[in-house]
Amino acid sequence: MADEIVLLSGWPSMFGMRVRVALAEKGLKYEYREEDLRNKSPLLLNMNPVHKKIPVLIHNGKPISESMIIVEYIDGVWNHKSPLLPTDPYQRAQARFWADYVDKKLYDIGKKIIWSTKEEDHETGKKEFIECLKLLERELGDNPYFGGENFGFVDVSLVTFSCWFHTYESYGNFSIETECPKLIAWAKRCLEKESVSSSLADPHKIHDYASGVRKRLGIE
Amino acid sequence: MGEEVKLFRTWSSPFALRIVWALKIKGIEYETVFEDLSNKSPLLLQYNPVHKKVPILVHNGRPIAESLVILEYIDETWKQGPLLPKDPYERAMARFWAKFGDDKVLTSIWSVFIKQGKEQEEALVATMENLKFLEEEMKGKKFFGGERIGYVDLALGCLANLISIFEEIVGLKIVDEEKLPLFYSWMQNFAEAPIIRDNWPPRDKMIVKFQALLDAAIASSSSS
Repeated sequence: MADEIVLLSGWPSMFGMRVRVALAEKGLKYEYREEDLRNKSPLLLNMNPVHKKIPVLIHNGKPISESMIIVEYIDGVWNHKSPLLPTDPYQRAQARFWADYVDKKLYDIGKKIIWSTKEEDHETGKKEFIECLKLLERELGDNPYFGGENFGFVDVSLVTFSCWFHTYESYGNFSIETECPKLIAWAKRCLEKESVSSSLADPHKIHDYASGVRKRLGIE
Repeated sequence: MGEEVKLFRTWSSPFALRIVWALKIKGIEYETVFEDLSNKSPLLLQYNPVHKKVPILVHNGRPIAESLVILEYIDETWKQGPLLPKDPYERAMARFWAKFGDDKVLTSIWSVFIKQGKEQEEALVATMENLKFLEEEMKGKKFFGGERIGYVDLALGCLANLISIFEEIVGLKIVDEEKLPLFYSWMQNFAEAPIIRDNWPPRDKMIVKFQALLDAAIASSSSS
């Protein structure tokens, strides 16, 4: 029986992009449906009634929400190709820990840089964001990927933020490459992979998108 | 092979309790290290430099932090008494509900406890909406894990104790048996289950602790 896979997502979402990267890593065909988050489809509301958010993966009619939960699901079902999580329980725990760190910290801190109207929030956001990236850079060490020799779970969780880097830098007035050169090198290495380059949005389009939202919010 | 398992915790941490339950359900021998969070030990800071929090599980000298990450590690390392289902879709659902518990349910219930006036009313509405989803999830089941306690029960389990403590302190009903009959039953069944019932922190100490937290919150909001 052929698998029916549908992804409900929004093109600028770094969370939605994670799922695209995972699906591409596994070589899976799927139907992509773009959601307008200001006019959510009945399907989205039906498939994710709890959060009403994207991404949602619908596999043979059954929905899964929360991007890293979806990525782990994909990794578990299609486990014969490009494993994203290691097999050793301790290494799996470390991977889950760092993906959780990216989830808990980067998005919410990064929001302060782009959307905050208060100067002190903006400055705190920038400082904390750089600290997070530096911690992640230290964790990467001299490995080519967070997964070690191979692109893995933590790489998926973080790489999709890289197309937002230009936007963070622009509104934060800092250079990520100056602060975290190894992390930028890592992001470039990931972009050499077809699964990543075909899934990430163009950084300039992201910047235009953010600019548009800021204008609408009256903060541009 | 000698297994050395240590759990760094505080007496009251609901997140650490998840780990106590998991270890006991699986019959794993372990040593407890109690931490005073106002005076964190060098070992705690060494084992969890990123968040500097408890719980931390140290297995044969290797630390794991973040309670839900620890639960998965325990389940993958010790196969007896499985906490997560085998089916990948069911596993994804279990992870979803545990995350929902942490991100939304605990947060809204905490707000009901710590806030006053309009903010408290809004938190009560949010809590009701959140608990309705859990009520729906309980249909046809004794526990979230089915017949046996599982990962989601452990993730949400602290609510079976904390809700009644909060209700007693603030004098508000958070879980109405008539409106949420299945969730209410789950709280009773879970709280009284073997192992769970023997490991709740002392209720009188909890009341004192949370009353003090509430008093401090009221004091700081009226002086600001």
